[in-house]
Amino acid sequence: MGINWFKYSSPQAFHPLAGKMIPWFSVAAGLLIIIGLYIGFFVAPTDFQQGDSYRIIFVHVPAAWMSMFLYVIMAAWAGVGLGLNARPSFMMAQAIAPTGAMFTFIALLTGAMWGKPTWGAWWVWDARLTSELILLFQYIGIILLRAAIDDLRRADRASAVLALVGVVNVPIIYFSVRWWNTLHQGASVSMTASPKMATTMLTAMLIMTVGFWMYSFAVTLARVRCVILDRERQPMWGNQTSIQEVAEAR
Amino acid sequence: MSQPSMSEALGGVVRRDLLLAMRHRSDVAMSVFFVVIVASLFPLGVGPEAAVLRMIGPGVLWVTALLACLLSLGRLFTADYLDGVLEQTALIPQSLAVLVIGKVFAHWVVSGLPVVLLSPLLGLQFGLDGVTLGVLTLSLLLGTPTLSMIGAIGAALTLGLRGSGLLVALLVLPLFIPVLIFGAGAVTSSVSGIGSEANLSLLGACFLLSFAFAPWATAVALRIALE
Repeated sequence: MGINWFKYSSPQAFHPLAGKMIPWFSVAAGLLIIIGLYIGFFVAPTDFQQGDSYRIIFVHVPAAWMSMFLYVIMAAWAGVGLGLNARPSFMMAQAIAPTGAMFTFIALLTGAMWGKPTWGAWWVWDARLTSELILLFQYIGIILLRAAIDDLRRADRASAVLALVGVVNVPIIYFSVRWWNTLHQGASVSMTASPKMATTMLTAMLIMTVGFWMYSFAVTLARVRCVILDRERQPMWGNQTSIQEVAEAR
Repeated sequence: MSQPSMSEALGGVVRRDLLLAMRHRSDVAMSVFFVVIVASLFPLGVGPEAAVLRMIGPGVLWVTALLACLLSLGRLFTADYLDGVLEQTALIPQSLAVLVIGKVFAHWVVSGLPVVLLSPLLGLQFGLDGVTLGVLTLSLLLGTPTLSMIGAIGAALTLGLRGSGLLVALLVLPLFIPVLIFGAGAVTSSVSGIGSEANLSLLGACFLLSFAFAPWATAVALRIALE
């Protein structure tokens, strides 16, 4: 018996599947973030240079990673959509953008909160901070471009092109601390070298990262369900599903 | 009828766009005067302190050039889009990306090149010395074509949309930032005597990168807009 790989590429089949997955990802996200924050705030040792103010990195670093990951994933969906002319891919790209923008904003905000006690400034114009700020502008630009185009097909494809063009910035953010002599410190965690921090700190950070991943899955799927229903009002099933859901909510 | 070769098609697009620009000379003059006026506002607003002007001059002139490019982007495709020429251009049996290079080149000659040529004069307003004026001109010569290339993507994406003037600014300005940093950085490092080779090299790299990818992305965006 052959497996139908494209079964869930139809919005109608994907909508209930996404609905079933959301609770699992939500619970996993909640648990992991609570555990991660607990280890980060209560178990991890105090840093001998920065005191307790360093603890913001348990939110800051995973959020910054997510901001870049989500951009690449969004651009990848956009690319798949342009290449295969597949509507669900565009819907995924559309659903990811606000979450990515939120994580970028959190990364900038927590960075500022960390920068004030440590550097003595909320904001400095170094390469890492500037390129992350550009990333936020890019997310906002993509969301605004989509909102400005009424024709759905053109909105999908135009924002996809913009997302793909902006991918240039992601390696710039990632390597900015190595290419330029920045105030922002270099990476403490990398694939190639052993991490330069205590194991508990690393554990907390990785747990938080997985928690943020789970959160992103849950929120993206919830949003893509809304997008699907919004767009599939015309086919009978979409209309019926909307009516059913409203009835259940009451 | 024989098909036009690639160079014929490219030359045709450039010649037509330049001819059209010459028929509307006031459009060209507008972006030049915009740069002159905005650059003259800063010494009036900040005060005539020579040291301060020398410090902010490179950044101000670069931002001014960037805004001039941005404001002229609306002219790149809109007229052709409205009267249907763009659709006919897309039917030419040559790569649309190559034709886009022609249009962007013509646009740069009309809106970017005058700013480059005028920049030494504007630099004098800010008290920049001889070598620095040369670096300023060179950096703008390398940077403004990049701005036009990147800007073309935004212009094509927002073609015919309501509020497209503001939208194109929001889409394109973030992508302009690296060019601005390296361009103004080249001039600033020349003012402080460090030498501007590194920044100019990065500016050249930006130009090559945009030259390789932007026309292609613009062509895709134009086809989306024309559907």
